[in-house]
Amino acid sequence: MNLTAPESLIFWTTIIFIVFFLLLRKFAWKPILGAVKGREESINNALASAESARREMQNLTADNERILQEARLERDNMLKEAREMKDKMVADSKKEAQIQGERMIAQAKIAIEAEKNAAMAELKSQVSILSLNIAEKLLKDQLSNKEAQTKLIENMLGDVKLN
Amino acid sequence: MVFSNKLVQFVLVALVVSIPYFGFANPDAKSVSVANEVIAENPTGAAQEKEEFSATKLINDHIGDSHEFHIADWNGHPITFYLPVILWTNNGLEIFSSEKFHHDNKAEHFVDQNGQKLVRYNEIIFYADKFEMLTQDQKDNGAFEFGARPLNFSITKNVFSMFMSAIVMFLIFLVVARSYKKNQLAPKGIAGFLEPLVTFVRDDIARPNIGEKKYAQYMPYLLTIFFFIWINNLIGLIPFFPFSSNLTGNIYFTFVLAFITFIVTTLSGNKEYWGHILTPPVPKALYPIMIPVEIIGMLTKPFALMIRLFANITAGHIIILSLISLIFIFETLAVSPISGAFVLFMLVLEMLVAALQAYIFTLLSALFIGQAVAEHDHH
Repeated sequence: MNLTAPESLIFWTTIIFIVFFLLLRKFAWKPILGAVKGREESINNALASAESARREMQNLTADNERILQEARLERDNMLKEAREMKDKMVADSKKEAQIQGERMIAQAKIAIEAEKNAAMAELKSQVSILSLNIAEKLLKDQLSNKEAQTKLIENMLGDVKLN
Repeated sequence: MVFSNKLVQFVLVALVVSIPYFGFANPDAKSVSVANEVIAENPTGAAQEKEEFSATKLINDHIGDSHEFHIADWNGHPITFYLPVILWTNNGLEIFSSEKFHHDNKAEHFVDQNGQKLVRYNEIIFYADKFEMLTQDQKDNGAFEFGARPLNFSITKNVFSMFMSAIVMFLIFLVVARSYKKNQLAPKGIAGFLEPLVTFVRDDIARPNIGEKKYAQYMPYLLTIFFFIWINNLIGLIPFFPFSSNLTGNIYFTFVLAFITFIVTTLSGNKEYWGHILTPPVPKALYPIMIPVEIIGMLTKPFALMIRLFANITAGHIIILSLISLIFIFETLAVSPISGAFVLFMLVLEMLVAALQAYIFTLLSALFIGQAVAEHDHH
């Protein structure tokens, strides 16, 4: 094998390799590895943020479900309350109406009583006037007949008492 | 995941490594040589000569390094891309084109450079006068004869290839880095292709082996060795100029990478790592044995890295070239469909091995660093 002089290749390999290494390290490996690492980090970040977004979405859905459930419950409660209120109001108004009616009836009764009393009084006064008139007429007619007169008065008064 | 990858890699490596070693244990002793009319340029400029085709020589020429980039032969003349030769001689720095050697590799052509005569023998440049004094054995293994040759810092074929790959890769990654600034969305185009690899290195190599706390600071190193080895492995598989160099199958190259991993590991070693090496949890009487063993253990890890990458890539190149050489050895076109099919198969397999070896080098580097920075609860 023609290996020529060993020092030639050893010398040049050392020089070239070291220069090549230093140049590549500065101009190639640093930017390339940096870019690769940066991209990997950005991919990881993107994946992590996607995951967190997914989780948030899940939470949001759960929240929505919960809120919906709550709303449904509230609606049910409200409906129930409204129904109760309606029932109560109906009951109340019924009761009130009854009371009112009763009071009106009572008032009517009192009024009727009063009217009746008034009427009775009127009647009495009329009767008394009538009686007086009758008595007058009787007196005028039967003033001669004392017996008849007394009898008549007695009869009349008996009639009045019946009323 | 890691286990199954290791298993696949082990099987593949066992397959790839075991094939060539049967025939390649001693290439020089039994070189397959068949008379073949290869017209070669004679260094002295004389007439054409008949040269034997030697598969060993062809393979050795390819998997080794060279001072010039041979593109093709045209009418018997090689078309060559000459690379600069940079020498630290006794008289100081000398820079000249490798054209001056006129393709000579047998120390027959003298190059006179400022009064110093230089020769090239098997791609190693010597001082001409000192070269004469060497024995044949020393000449053949001249890479370490520092007394007889100048220090050589030439831009060889492998260095050229490495420069090219580093520049191209730097530009590609610069474009990728820019695209991230403009485009904050999912990556497109070349960034989309490379980003999975970057994240693979991060998530499957660095994180599990170094640990979540400290992996980030080693990421640039791991990414750099991963892509540097992978791309250079692939460049070695492309069979034409300006590619086809066997850079990652060169043991000096893998030595430097493994050495850097060793340095990184050693410098990041924490108290527990050193404590385990210098005061292992054994009776004190065993320290004279255990401490050297631990220190050898520190060295064998990067050594294994160096050998593994070198052997895998070189073996792949040798197999492919051996299969192609079969056509020339048998001197018949009838072999070419078979060897072509095998070469195609091997090339596809080598593309897998190219990625696997880059992965395994990076993985083991991360593992060693992880061992050095690990904080145990026990002990």
